[in-house]
Amino acid sequence: MKVLVSVKRVVDYNVRIQIKPDGSGVVTDGVKHSMNPFDEIAMEEAVRLKEKGKVTEIIAVTLGGAKGEETLRTALAFGADRAIHVKEEGEIQPLTAARALAAIFKKEGAQILFTGKQAIDDDANQTAQMTAALLDLPQATFASKVELDGTKAQVTREIDAGLETLEVDLPAVISADLRLNEPRYLKLPDIMKAKKKTIEAVSFADLGVEAAASLKTIKTTPPPTRSKGVMVKTVDELVSALKAKGLV
Amino acid sequence: MSALINRRDLDFMLYEMLDVPALCQTPRYAQHDRDTFESVIEAAHALAEEKFLPFAAKLDASEPHFDGERVHIIPEVKEALKAYVDGGFLATAFDAENGGSQLPYVIAQSVAALFASANGPAVGYTLLTMAASNLLNVHGTEEQKTRYMRPMMEGRWFGTMCLSEPQAGSSLGDIKTRAQALPDGSYSISGNKMWISGGEHDLSENIVHLVLARLDGAPAGVKGISLFIVPKFHVNDNGTLGARNGVRLVGLNHKMGCRGTVNTVLSFGDTPCTGYLVGKPNEGLACMFHMMNEARIAVGLAGVMSGYAAYLFALDYARQRPQGRLPTDKSPESKPVAIIEHSDVRRMLLQQKAYVEGGLALCLYCAKLVDEKATAEDAKQKEEISLLLEILTPIAKSWPAEFCLEANKLAIQVLGGYGYTRDYPVERHYRDNRLNAIHEGTHGIQGLDLLGRKVTMKNGAAFRLLLGKIQQTVQATAGDASLAEFSVALGKAVEVAAATTQTLAAAAVQGKVDLFLANANLYLEMLGHIVVAWQWLQQAQCAHAGQAKATAADRDFYEGKRIACQYFFRYELPKAHRQAELLAKLDDTCLNLSPSVL
Ligand SMILES: Cc1cc2nc3c(=O)[nH]c(=O)nc-3n(C[C@H](O)[C@H](O)[C@H](O)COP(=O)(O)OP(=O)(O)OC[C@H]3O[C@@H](n4cnc5c(N)ncnc54)[C@H](O)[C@@H]3O)c2cc1C
Repeated sequence: MKVLVSVKRVVDYNVRIQIKPDGSGVVTDGVKHSMNPFDEIAMEEAVRLKEKGKVTEIIAVTLGGAKGEETLRTALAFGADRAIHVKEEGEIQPLTAARALAAIFKKEGAQILFTGKQAIDDDANQTAQMTAALLDLPQATFASKVELDGTKAQVTREIDAGLETLEVDLPAVISADLRLNEPRYLKLPDIMKAKKKTIEAVSFADLGVEAAASLKTIKTTPPPTRSKGVMVKTVDELVSALKAKGLV
Repeated sequence: MSALINRRDLDFMLYEMLDVPALCQTPRYAQHDRDTFESVIEAAHALAEEKFLPFAAKLDASEPHFDGERVHIIPEVKEALKAYVDGGFLATAFDAENGGSQLPYVIAQSVAALFASANGPAVGYTLLTMAASNLLNVHGTEEQKTRYMRPMMEGRWFGTMCLSEPQAGSSLGDIKTRAQALPDGSYSISGNKMWISGGEHDLSENIVHLVLARLDGAPAGVKGISLFIVPKFHVNDNGTLGARNGVRLVGLNHKMGCRGTVNTVLSFGDTPCTGYLVGKPNEGLACMFHMMNEARIAVGLAGVMSGYAAYLFALDYARQRPQGRLPTDKSPESKPVAIIEHSDVRRMLLQQKAYVEGGLALCLYCAKLVDEKATAEDAKQKEEISLLLEILTPIAKSWPAEFCLEANKLAIQVLGGYGYTRDYPVERHYRDNRLNAIHEGTHGIQGLDLLGRKVTMKNGAAFRLLLGKIQQTVQATAGDASLAEFSVALGKAVEVAAATTQTLAAAAVQGKVDLFLANANLYLEMLGHIVVAWQWLQQAQCAHAGQAKATAADRDFYEGKRIACQYFFRYELPKAHRQAELLAKLDDTCLNLSPSVL
């Protein structure tokens, strides 16, 4: 069984995000980047399934500029067999990403697309769902457990009320939540081996994909800073303060 | 920001100062490139930060203990070391044919720096194992390599270095452990070893002790010492473990710092203890010292990283801790400032930065020299690098142990009372670092090695080479207005060092050897400061070059390099002149001091 895993290069989760002075976005120049942590989890799941003999080939896919290759090398060191780099500079909206992933999924004849549930840069949480829609395939998002059984997958997902278990027919799209697994530490021999694996570069044109322009970023601002707290002496005072703010 | 190291700084040193990827043009490292180095460091950083750092304080507080039968070490150590071995980090620099990644030594040392910063005592076991493996790789027979080295390289067994004895530490010529030849070609070993790190534990299936001992009838002193393999468990021909060998744990040493690395007193031969000769009889010390240069650079780096980790902590703390107001602010109502706003706190931070980043540059430079030596094709070039390493090694070992420890002291100071408590890591780093001036040759012994051997070796060839290298930097920076101040100062320091050394050497030639060597420690400090000033000028030079095309974040980084260089040249380098003055006078205060007046 062939599976596709999408991996995105994002600003590292340890970096204190700064907004560009002109409000056009966040500062990414000279800032540490790494693989989106949810994508690492998706990658790990695919590798574990391969180790269990349920998956035969793992293809890692990224979309973005030249530096995306670093992220693909990481995916290859994790255990992907080969990688596809949709090499396009500039902004890539979720719908565009979904179109590209769908095109590759079809071309490769894959059975599962694993993605992180969202990327920690834009937190859009749309690509997996849109890809499933474009491919007209079942989707199981926010997975915290995945079991493969021939032509079906049992996926446990975290929902507000607890855990929900779905069964989807394959092929399908599965997005990984935080508790699905704990990604492994990379091993030096695997990093060396990754260098010998192939990365195929393709463009939107090669895939017959048109970049979507359905979203427009108007402005980026830092979250409001928390205003100073007020000490209240009595419960009555608290209640009237809450009322004054229109909170009760 | 990483708690282990400033990653920008490490990248600066590896790629802007040392041009490490240039090594990939040599056949030995042709399979690598910068991307690989970056991935390796990234992977090491993740493991060090997530698997080693979290239990560093706990390990310090839960010293290993011996119940009379077993040594107990908190389970986190074994688990972390397993992840380290599984990740291939033990084999970072081993040859590919031995299952290693065959990465340059300078990259292996960068990896080691990350683990040293996170939790040096826990990772100590692996450093000993690497050293023991490397030693057998060079001096062992094929049979010894298969039987003992391979399992160590695979991380299944750990190694030790058994040199010191209760009565013989600095002076190894006085060791007494005996080796008697047995009919089957092996040896019966008997005696006591003191201070043996990793001497007993359950962290690995077996322990391979490399033991210095004297053969019966061997000449006295250092020329009569041989090297033996003494396994904790005998090893059968098929590699499985046999019965226990006669090496016994007498007790543990209870240390000030580095507590997580168990330190033992061992007795050999209470019950029959078998050893196997490595190399030729009476050449044991030479075999050991083969590895010593690299081990000493590694000790220097460990000293740097204790200081570096503490500096990063103090820096972060100083940005957060509100206290007091600036001298011009007389209003008691105003908000206190973060202590980093106080000039004196910034002085302490800059001093730490100057010490730890200066020390790191020196140690990584030496590590790169090890690679250049290994890959040099031209015999003359190889010889030159080798000489340069000889003279720099005692400095790379000692300078950080002295001055990065000073940085540890300042980090405590930045935290004030909090720094003096065990709730913060800075006092632990201080205690851990205090070891580095003691083991692998004390500070005193390094001074003797530098002045008594390295400076005078081959008619001063190593010394001249070093001064020549420093002069090159002086010349390369002379024409640059922003660096001219430092260039002139370093040029003067080199002249002073040359003149002082001549005066000292003349005294030695006149037979005043006692007087000559009585000044060795002062000399080590003088030359150490000049060498680190040189490293700082090179950093300022690279920062200056980088500044031209720097991003906003980088501009501060490069300016930080320039200002730390300025600090070193204005506050630290003048100390070398003061020392040179005293040295040139061949001061005999300490030499002629009678023990009875103390
Ligand atoms: C935590 C720890 C771990 C260690 N691990 C190991 C290990 O794994 N294996 C191992 O074999 N050893 C190990 N050692 C031993 C270490 O190498 C010795 O402690 C060191 O070499 C000094 O020997 P000593 O303690 O006997 O001090 P001494 O040799 O007694 O020295 C005491 C003082 O006298 C000075 N001195 C001695 N001789 C001279 C001289 N000729 N000229 C001027 N000054 C002199 C020294 O500089 C020092 O200041 C370890 C030590 C420690 C503390």
